Amino acid sequence: MILLQTVDLNKRFGDTRACDGVNFVVNSGEFLSLVGSNGAGKTSLVNLISAQLTPDSGRILFAGNDITGTSVYDRIKAGIARSFQIVNLFDWLSVFDNVALSIFSRAGKTARIAAIADSDQDVRTEALEVLGQFGLADKSAVLAGGLAQGERKLLDVAVAYALRPKLLLLDEPTSGVSTRDKGQIMDTVSSVVRAGTVTAVVIEHDMDVVFRYSDRIVMMHEGRLLADGTPEEIRANSEVASILLGAPLSS
Amino acid sequence: MKADTAGKVSRRSPLILAAAGAIILVLLALLPMYIGLYQIQLLTYGLIASIAALGFNLLLGYTGLLSFGHSAFFGIGAYSVAFLLRDAGIRSMELYILIGLPIVAIASALLGYICVRHTRIFFGILTLALSQVLYSLALKFFWVTGGTDGLRVARPTLLAGMLTFTGAGSYQRFVNSYYYYVLGVFAVCVVLMWVIVHSPFGKALQAIRDNETRARFLGLRIRRFRWASFLISGTFTGLAGILWVPLNGLTTPEVLYWPFSGEIVFTALLGGFRNFTGPIVGGIVFTYLKTYAVATTEYWQLLLGVVLVLLVLLLPTGIVGAIAALAGRLRGKERLA
Amino acid sequence: MSILIIQILNSLFYASVLFLIAAGLSLIFGVMRIVNMAHGTLYGIGAFVTAWLVGRVLAAGVPVGLAFLLIPVGAAVVAVLGALIEPTLLRPFYRRAEEYQLLVTFGLLLILEDAIRFIWGGLPITADPLMDAVPSIRVGTLIYPGYYLVVIGVGILAAIGLWLGIYRTKFGVLLRATSQDRRMASALGVNVGLVYVSAFAVGCFMAGLGGAIIVPSQAAVLGMGVDALILAFVVVVIGGLGSLQGALIGALIVSFVRTAGIQFFPEIELAVLYLIAAVVLLVKPTGLFGSA
Repeated sequence: MILLQTVDLNKRFGDTRACDGVNFVVNSGEFLSLVGSNGAGKTSLVNLISAQLTPDSGRILFAGNDITGTSVYDRIKAGIARSFQIVNLFDWLSVFDNVALSIFSRAGKTARIAAIADSDQDVRTEALEVLGQFGLADKSAVLAGGLAQGERKLLDVAVAYALRPKLLLLDEPTSGVSTRDKGQIMDTVSSVVRAGTVTAVVIEHDMDVVFRYSDRIVMMHEGRLLADGTPEEIRANSEVASILLGAPLSS
Repeated sequence: MKADTAGKVSRRSPLILAAAGAIILVLLALLPMYIGLYQIQLLTYGLIASIAALGFNLLLGYTGLLSFGHSAFFGIGAYSVAFLLRDAGIRSMELYILIGLPIVAIASALLGYICVRHTRIFFGILTLALSQVLYSLALKFFWVTGGTDGLRVARPTLLAGMLTFTGAGSYQRFVNSYYYYVLGVFAVCVVLMWVIVHSPFGKALQAIRDNETRARFLGLRIRRFRWASFLISGTFTGLAGILWVPLNGLTTPEVLYWPFSGEIVFTALLGGFRNFTGPIVGGIVFTYLKTYAVATTEYWQLLLGVVLVLLVLLLPTGIVGAIAALAGRLRGKERLA
Repeated sequence: MSILIIQILNSLFYASVLFLIAAGLSLIFGVMRIVNMAHGTLYGIGAFVTAWLVGRVLAAGVPVGLAFLLIPVGAAVVAVLGALIEPTLLRPFYRRAEEYQLLVTFGLLLILEDAIRFIWGGLPITADPLMDAVPSIRVGTLIYPGYYLVVIGVGILAAIGLWLGIYRTKFGVLLRATSQDRRMASALGVNVGLVYVSAFAVGCFMAGLGGAIIVPSQAAVLGMGVDALILAFVVVVIGGLGSLQGALIGALIVSFVRTAGIQFFPEIELAVLYLIAAVVLLVKPTGLFGSA
């Protein structure tokens, strides 16, 4: 079942075509890796889907609705959440509060001014659960600004995930992170996708990660979709391999 | 502001806080028995300044918006009382508050609507500019506002007219009674503000302060939250103005003039704007400092400026922040209030 | 008809002074991304210094014609002050949040305003002899002070000079490069510190010049700095912060509105200006020529 679809999506920055007639399809429940060299247009595509950018032309369909032209707020309410390439956290709030805020926002409770945030048991329980899934439960009282880089990346994903979106867009969630933390992040994302609770589109450069976790790989090059298939199909595609890896895998 | 937050923890039991607050309240209530009339007045002014600073800091410390125009709200509160007395003959403190608060709230709502469409520098510029428009209006329409002479305000009646202050010894009785009155309002304000900043709404404000982009991608409507914060902030500071003028006996355009906004900013900085109690401490300490400085030198504004610069350079977390850091270092672990 | 011409000349006169102040503010922001809350006070210092020097010099018997040279001297004093302020008070804050910059410059505002009072006392100082020395001109049946035309001339020269300086000199190139990308400029060997202090000094010179040039026609009084600052803010809000054209157009708009306002709505002329600024902010938040 198709969850997200872009139809002839175009975005230019001056002479550069960041997205050139992109027809991108995401199926419900899959772990999709979006790969390609730097400047291929991956982040632009994700920015267009999350409403951080507006397209020059084309449409975006999500869960059967045309969401082209809707705002960031509308897309979040529709079920699209994202993390960022450069970690974006609330540094002066605790790890717990970072995640709890997503839950409060999702539950429409952020307007509550006459209640103490910490005393909301439902939110507490869920926040601790999410933190547990991402291995951050023991750091819940620490201020986000004081975490190590790997933990910050984890938290960034956790905050987006805590919105319980239908579609989770992750922009290079493992960049700058140690191998062990990469595993933690990817295992967690993978497991929640397996559990059927979310669909994930992940921009990644680490090919090991890509091939190990993805159900499907989509490759972009100079603003266009170049290849689309399972890891095995991509591996066998020598054109893709030469662009991605510099040389064909099988000679 | 990039975090010097390594290893910091952020929990403190509400019960401990409530107990500490109760003890301090009791101490403050007992104080008039040991200090003279002048000191009681000074302390009352200090509590009033704390209320203003508390309101201001919701905007700065918790929402990340630095306003240079909060004198506007203080002044609107003060002049509201003066007008209610002169034009409607109202003498009741309760009515001053009940009628004055909505006036200040409406003004905050309007000014906030214009100002929160912008952040940082432009926000600061706008708040300064708008407050100065009010100042110039107060000067220009002198037949309404009394111009530079200002408007006199007689002693109000407290507790729905039950307490009146006329006749022999009334000055002492007024100062004493008014102290407790303000103390009561102060306690209510502290509790209210504490709940606000610890509510989901307060958390959302802090998120917007820390990372506007991320907050937007969490589905928070940035502008609405900022506006609400501005509204509450202006109302608290306006309440301080309402409380101030009966004690001062007079309101002049000075309380609308920009240096007064600077004083409010200063109190938050002095105490520390990154925590809850900072502005409270700052308000009280500043009142004493200013009284001393004004008595000592004619150029106390210069002194204020120098101390402000030094504070920003050396002690950005203010008194409370510095104490907290020191205590944390002594205890071996850093804590945030 | 004569009255109309005089009103126009008055507006141009006022616009020249406003332009000087606002251009300085915009230049500093454009290059260094800081807003100096004490900028208006520097304008005030320019007025006080110049008026004071003029008084001393004339009392010593120097001919009035030479006293005109004190105008750029007054501006230069302010520039030197700026060159001292930037490295000591402002540089430590470039890496820190903008709020701290605003706070520091606000502290500077408090210090300088009181410093003026400390140095020159609370009474206004004038430099009338300079204005009287310029012959009046006829406008129809009315007489108009020739000095105002001098000010307008200075304003035009300043605008041209700034434009040439920024777009036609090597220093201007350095300024623009540094403003666009500080690290890149530094990597290319540009002495960023020197560029910054120069830009700041030039901005302060403009503010000081504004004060120096207005004081023969209008006494230097306490608080003139903050009033000017507010107006300068309105100018850059309308014209766009960081834009030279914006400062020019903004100054003209503010000036003409103010003149009209004083004519027709004297009590609320300031409020009318703010209304315009508020409308501009609502419609085009970065100002007419600004780019955030």
